[in-house]
Amino acid sequence: MRDLINVTDLTEEEIEELIDIASEMMAAPEDYLDLAKGKILGTLFFEPSTRTRLSFTSAMMSLGGNVLGFSEAASSSSAKGESVADTVRTVSYYCDIIAMRHHKEGAPRVASQSSTVPIINAGDGGHFHPTQTLTDLTTIRLTKGRFTDMTIGLCGDLCFGRTVHSLIEAMKRYDGIKFILISPPELRLPKYMRDDLDRDGIEWREVTDMEEVMPELDILYMTRVQRERFFNEEEYLRLKDTYILDMDKLETAKEDLSILHPLPRVNEISTEVDSDPRAKYFEQVRCGRFIRMALIAKMLGLK
Amino acid sequence: MNIDGVTTGIVLDHIQAGKSMEIYKLLELDQLECSVAIIQNAVSTKYGRKDIIKIDEQIELDFDALGYIDPNITVNLVKDGKLEKKEHLELPQILTNVLTCKNPRCITTEERGVAQRFYLADKEKRAYRCAYCDVEHTEHK
Ligand SMILES: [Zn+2]
Repeated sequence: MRDLINVTDLTEEEIEELIDIASEMMAAPEDYLDLAKGKILGTLFFEPSTRTRLSFTSAMMSLGGNVLGFSEAASSSSAKGESVADTVRTVSYYCDIIAMRHHKEGAPRVASQSSTVPIINAGDGGHFHPTQTLTDLTTIRLTKGRFTDMTIGLCGDLCFGRTVHSLIEAMKRYDGIKFILISPPELRLPKYMRDDLDRDGIEWREVTDMEEVMPELDILYMTRVQRERFFNEEEYLRLKDTYILDMDKLETAKEDLSILHPLPRVNEISTEVDSDPRAKYFEQVRCGRFIRMALIAKMLGLK
Repeated sequence: MNIDGVTTGIVLDHIQAGKSMEIYKLLELDQLECSVAIIQNAVSTKYGRKDIIKIDEQIELDFDALGYIDPNITVNLVKDGKLEKKEHLELPQILTNVLTCKNPRCITTEERGVAQRFYLADKEKRAYRCAYCDVEHTEHK
């Protein structure tokens, strides 16, 4: 693996291996403090995302490596009209691996064509965000102990939510996975994805009510309705609080349910849920750091 | 095989009737110095009606582009009045600079000097997706 553009660039075995490495690192982080010593990660964030950038930075620092880069296009040469290819080519001479985020879909592919070092896609618009999906997969494996035979509820914005799309793509490769899609009709999963599920013979169904399916779920993946995806503010305001997960709704849920959320949340998970052992979304943040460590180590050939 | 009028050159045969102008434009045949003849709506024993393009020189052809437009086209290379080679086309796996991505969120709409590239996503439906943003190309003619 030279570049990571989409999570499906990785085989199930490669994902398994990365999660194994991440778990070893979690168990004994002190053993890895010098692993990437002398190596440099370039964080090229043409579009700001503090959360993702901090996670990558923390991951590289935890391996003893260094980090350089920029956090928004305005402070990079792209503000002067430089192409992505030129910026990335230049920076690739300053570092050993690059994590990049860009608002345009496919920008990391362009970058990979001009870079001399491996590229990690840290999000390209509404397209892919493979390290988020790896984070989700890691959390699922570590909290459930498996990838097979599960009912996964996906709730909220299933139309524009790329994390949902990638998670479905990644999870449908395993046996015995059933999806329950919980969304208002306006935010349902795109037709091409529903067609793909049918074509691949995956069990799935769509509902608008979260409570009716709660007892079936092994995983509940909540998402935020993102303002920037809407053309009109009214529509956003009408839909943003369609689903609010609280303790009442969790009453009928399984004891070993895992609740995930890519964060940041707004209102869709009530803060009272945070202290419930089934809430795994902050554990997910921790997983995000370690899976990025594993990924960087693997891509640099250090593991 | 009718190669009348071409001693050394290329005859594109079995073009779906009505598609010859599209091919003429795509292969930029108007840029050539040599003569180019387009025969539209010729009677074909196999296909009913067909178009034929005759080019009076053995130019470099973009077989991928041709295969995309119509994989049933046969390419006859003619030399000194004789058929030198007959090529059958197929739907190409990758198309470079044939289609243009129409997704406004795609990097190819903004980045200079990047090649337009599409990959064959579904052979049956003849569906191509942008190699950058993965959006399917629509308006397939
Ligand atoms: Zn595109």
